Amino acid sequence: MAQEILSPLPGTFYRKPAPDQPPYKNDGDAVEAGDVIGLIEVMKSFHEVKAEVAGTLQEFLVENEEAVMAGQPLATLA
Amino acid sequence: MASEIEVKAPGLATTVQDLGRPGFYHLGIPLSGAMDRLALVAANLLVGNPPDAAGLEAVFMGPELVFGRDATVAVCGADLPPKVDGEAVPTWESFAVKAGQTLSFGYLKTGARAYIAISGGIDVPVVLGSRSTYPLGGLGGHEGRALAAGDRLALGDAGASPAGRSVPEGLRRGPGGSPVEIRMLPGLYWHRITETAGKRFFKETWKVAPEADRIGYRFRGGTPLDFVPREQPFGAGSDPSNIVDACYPYGSIQVPGGTEPIVLHRDAVSGGGYMMVGTVISADMDLIGQLQPHTPVRFVETDMEGALAARHERAAIVNQIREHLA
Repeated sequence: MAQEILSPLPGTFYRKPAPDQPPYKNDGDAVEAGDVIGLIEVMKSFHEVKAEVAGTLQEFLVENEEAVMAGQPLATLA
Repeated sequence: MASEIEVKAPGLATTVQDLGRPGFYHLGIPLSGAMDRLALVAANLLVGNPPDAAGLEAVFMGPELVFGRDATVAVCGADLPPKVDGEAVPTWESFAVKAGQTLSFGYLKTGARAYIAISGGIDVPVVLGSRSTYPLGGLGGHEGRALAAGDRLALGDAGASPAGRSVPEGLRRGPGGSPVEIRMLPGLYWHRITETAGKRFFKETWKVAPEADRIGYRFRGGTPLDFVPREQPFGAGSDPSNIVDACYPYGSIQVPGGTEPIVLHRDAVSGGGYMMVGTVISADMDLIGQLQPHTPVRFVETDMEGALAARHERAAIVNQIREHLA
């Protein structure tokens, strides 16, 4: 059963730790509980978004640098 | 059990705030206090506190608090759904929390800042007349900083405060419509920009930048301002947006480099060398405190008469809340 990873905060979503680095995770990657899947930028700081359970990252639902709302699904885990 | 609450999880940047610390801005110490003062007043009145009692301001994400004694609690402002031991309870309404129970929050729905009032108030030391936290200066609140896991906050003595009282929906003031309209008085450096730039400033829609915080609310998305050419006066920097250092009023809209307007809010610096296109009227400062990142906003010109009328309207809402809960 697919599970969604929700954004804890409103802000801007980033899939990479830095512009010149690869994304934290790609579609199809294995994910451990506690793995960082992206960053939310708000109020001049970056907050890591972590998977709460292990699984396979099915699909990212938002683009890099897209505006997100708190509670918005960012990715699906299977 | 002790008359205190324990912070299990702090949220993003939860701070103790009351209505602020006016009177020291000339020394560089900002007003601080709740970004949405009406919401804090309403929450305090709901739990039987004086309107200026200290509560918690939670931005975007709520804390998790374990209560050491029975208390009446109210959450006003942003729709950050509160839960007592996992059970949903309403916002803008007083509810009971028993000793040993946990107050936590769901995902933010609307608004940006929730005000948590607890009967008796948060009893941190009064610094320069206020319990408000000014984190940048390490002043006031709990150890001059945002809350951290493991913190214990003392509560004041509470009078009787029944649960189940609520603020009528029509009095729950918050930013409405899209774009949100923020009223402002043009000046003192309005003359520095061209007429076309001035008209465009009001016409365009700006968006709240993710950097917006208690110090200043930054906006972007509009066209950079065109300045009237001049030879920069002695003491002003070389950029056309620079002025000879001046005082920054609370609510003033500075535009560094002419690109991104910043509305100075409760923890702002008190002066500097950026021109200001105007000042947001006092009645609308609460609304700015409830804007999420990326919210579309338009600046709307008003005059002193309009600003004072809006101030009276806001005060009338506070009075109606007070009468309703008396």
